[in-house]
Amino acid sequence: MNARPGTCPLTQRELVEEYFIENRTKLLDIAAFLDRLDRSSEMNAEDDFRLAAFRQALRVLSADAPARVESIQMIFSDPTTELLPELDRKSAFGAYAGPRTEVQ
Amino acid sequence: MDYVEMHAHMASRTTDDYEQMALTGCVALSEPAFWAGYDRLSAAAFAAYFEQLTDFEPKRAAKYGIQHYTWLCLNPKEADDRELAPQVLALIPGYLDRPNVIGIGEIGLNRVTRNELATFVDHVNLAMEHDQLILIHTPHLEDKYRGTKVIVEALGGDARVKPERVMVDHAEEHTMPMILERGYWGGITLYPQTKVSPGRAADMIEVFGSERVCVASACDWGPSIPIAIPQFVMEMRRRRHPERLIRKIVYDNPVQFLGQSPKFRLPRAELAAVAR
Repeated sequence: MNARPGTCPLTQRELVEEYFIENRTKLLDIAAFLDRLDRSSEMNAEDDFRLAAFRQALRVLSADAPARVESIQMIFSDPTTELLPELDRKSAFGAYAGPRTEVQ
Repeated sequence: MDYVEMHAHMASRTTDDYEQMALTGCVALSEPAFWAGYDRLSAAAFAAYFEQLTDFEPKRAAKYGIQHYTWLCLNPKEADDRELAPQVLALIPGYLDRPNVIGIGEIGLNRVTRNELATFVDHVNLAMEHDQLILIHTPHLEDKYRGTKVIVEALGGDARVKPERVMVDHAEEHTMPMILERGYWGGITLYPQTKVSPGRAADMIEVFGSERVCVASACDWGPSIPIAIPQFVMEMRRRRHPERLIRKIVYDNPVQFLGQSPKFRLPRAELAAVAR
């Protein structure tokens, strides 16, 4: 999504006062997930496409650029539009398993 | 605040959920036909489901003062079965005259296969032949972007389809622009895990505006919250958005979209208020 300054009625100060604690919690949850991966009984998913997308998304999070949500959505998305010739499965994985292009 | 729930799979919810929805202001809801979590074994199983949607559920809702409307189809999770599809589609015209049936849905794509698209087109043809509104399911997670793109491009190639009579649901930040810019309605579904949080829904309203946009809980048999719309209302109030804007999204917009069906009935004064 574009930055669209001024579309949120609250000021930056008000947003911080109102939403800081809950977003601090979410950030710590992600940090704990990453630590948990490091403490896993077996390091057997370092090349997993979902983890690769996750780590790419984290780089977008820390970048000082607008439209972070849309950028991360596209990191997780299959960008192709070709129809599958046959149904392979019913459920989605949450990230695209195909060739990955780094989003700047 | 009164609200209209655009997307709720009440067949998989308890009567207590109807009560909670009524207590939090739900005055009407629409229930799309969907996947039961397992593949139904025959067209007869769909006939039984359509009976539930057009007879049992409206009675259950009415006990709590909620108007119940429904959409019929073979859902996208089972749409790849091209042997089953024509059998189920053949059943649907027999239900279109029932008083709570307002359209064809939720049709769409799941894994974006050739067969799914063929069944989707069959449903669009059925809707056009019977002058029905259309409710569209877009795929989840990594398949959402490409599935939504294939859907809007397929619809765009059909001159019979009036965009204002189509709701493209489960829209997210990366798909809402392609839906709204083509003139369709965009639906935002509020899910605790796999879809959009009330906070992100409020963000999307702030960025994309409130025209042709609705929010819904899409509550079903999975982790979901039947009173997600009141949670969205709370989030909007937390940001000090005006009551007028909040009401437009949770009441006026659904009434405007659903009101295109002659079967949708709210008090005339309410419809007049929306028209203003």
